[in-house]
Amino acid sequence: MMPAAPRQILPIEGGAVVSAVATVLEAQGVPADVTPNRRTVELAEDAARMFQRLARPIGVWASISLADFAGVFGGEGHNAPETPVDQTAGRADDLALFAVTVGDALPSRIAELFARQEPALASMLDAHASEGAELAAHHLQNRYVDWLSGTGRLGAESGALRYSPGYCGWDVSGQRRLFDYLVPEEIGITLRDSFLMQPLKSISGVIIAGHQEIFDFENTFGFCEECSTWACRERIGAVLGGMPDETA
Amino acid sequence: MKLLEELAQSLERGDSQAAADSTRGAIELGLPAQRILDDGLIAGMAVVGRRFKAHEIFLPDVLLAAKAMYAGLALLKPLMIEQAVATQGKVVIGTVQGDLHDIGKNLVGIMLEGAGFEVLDLGTDVAPETFVDTAVREGARIIGLSALLTTTMPVMRKVVEAVEKRGLRPEIRVIVGGAPLSAAYAAEIGASAYCFDGISAVETVREMLGVER
Repeated sequence: MMPAAPRQILPIEGGAVVSAVATVLEAQGVPADVTPNRRTVELAEDAARMFQRLARPIGVWASISLADFAGVFGGEGHNAPETPVDQTAGRADDLALFAVTVGDALPSRIAELFARQEPALASMLDAHASEGAELAAHHLQNRYVDWLSGTGRLGAESGALRYSPGYCGWDVSGQRRLFDYLVPEEIGITLRDSFLMQPLKSISGVIIAGHQEIFDFENTFGFCEECSTWACRERIGAVLGGMPDETA
Repeated sequence: MKLLEELAQSLERGDSQAAADSTRGAIELGLPAQRILDDGLIAGMAVVGRRFKAHEIFLPDVLLAAKAMYAGLALLKPLMIEQAVATQGKVVIGTVQGDLHDIGKNLVGIMLEGAGFEVLDLGTDVAPETFVDTAVREGARIIGLSALLTTTMPVMRKVVEAVEKRGLRPEIRVIVGGAPLSAAYAAEIGASAYCFDGISAVETVREMLGVER
């Protein structure tokens, strides 16, 4: 029987979502094998301090049954015919919808910096905020996994992976039903008619937990050809290979 | 002239103070604003653009150069108005209705300004008619549209249709950009061009307006 904690709101400590300078510079197009100049590094460090001062990361997750998730995932009927999301979720032990944000002060500050003709700092702060939102999502996923482990629902060979509407064949219109179920408005995240989340630096989706083997798939879906990042590989690798979790 | 070379080089170094000092020096020498603009600020940004395209420098370097350019431009603008300096042309840009992402659009605007174009930035969440009305009112021949969401991409088609409906093609051209876009999508909606990044936007606009550099 599921313990009575199907939904949790989690404020996240600011320091937990500050990315390494190297990560942010890579997001800014500086290749990992290039040594950045001093001014660029200083810029990234200034932006990191500004980010930490302004970020108010918070997240919410809510357990969801497979049947309910099928309804959420179906959205408005625009998903790809086959996706790793429903295939993996169908074999999962546990599912949770989630949403995180790093807050609304950052987009305002970024816009203000552009208006003040400080484009380099604005762009660097934007990169920190984007990476910070990813770290916040990862942090929330880890806390959900902790909760599952604490209830004895997650075995030694289990792991968790998250997917978001707009990626991997899950049409972005799925946001509507996700919001109906999760109600992230409670932590300040709203949805526009275009399915854009506000604050801009927010992430929503599903966390799928189960045995490691359910997460392995070939990148042979039609939409994989259009993907420029294949970021799923790194995350799947972490689940399958037991790679150390740098944000845990 | 050495002072204008120094101004251009200050942009390449991303040195705002030096850019302001050189611009002030050039103004005090009585150089025409057009020359300071062309041989100092635009020349410097052109080198920055070329080095960025060649992967010798990266986005933060370009944006530090842009900040230096703005430092010089702020001092030069009153003189440009006084001497009625002509820009390379006007470009209306904005993020389409329903979308609030503006980083890419801002970067394109910066690169266009650095190339000497007058940029009329309408911001985000801009209605199709607003783009067209502004272009007509301001005499701009290019409208640049940005979108980051697949759900807002169709608004770009509405802008193209609005331009066509008012009989403004081919005088006004619509160019598009944004992460989910492609040249194929641009062609499908009848846009004049797809721009991968700020550099390609500058090259496209130059070509469309017949600007040489």
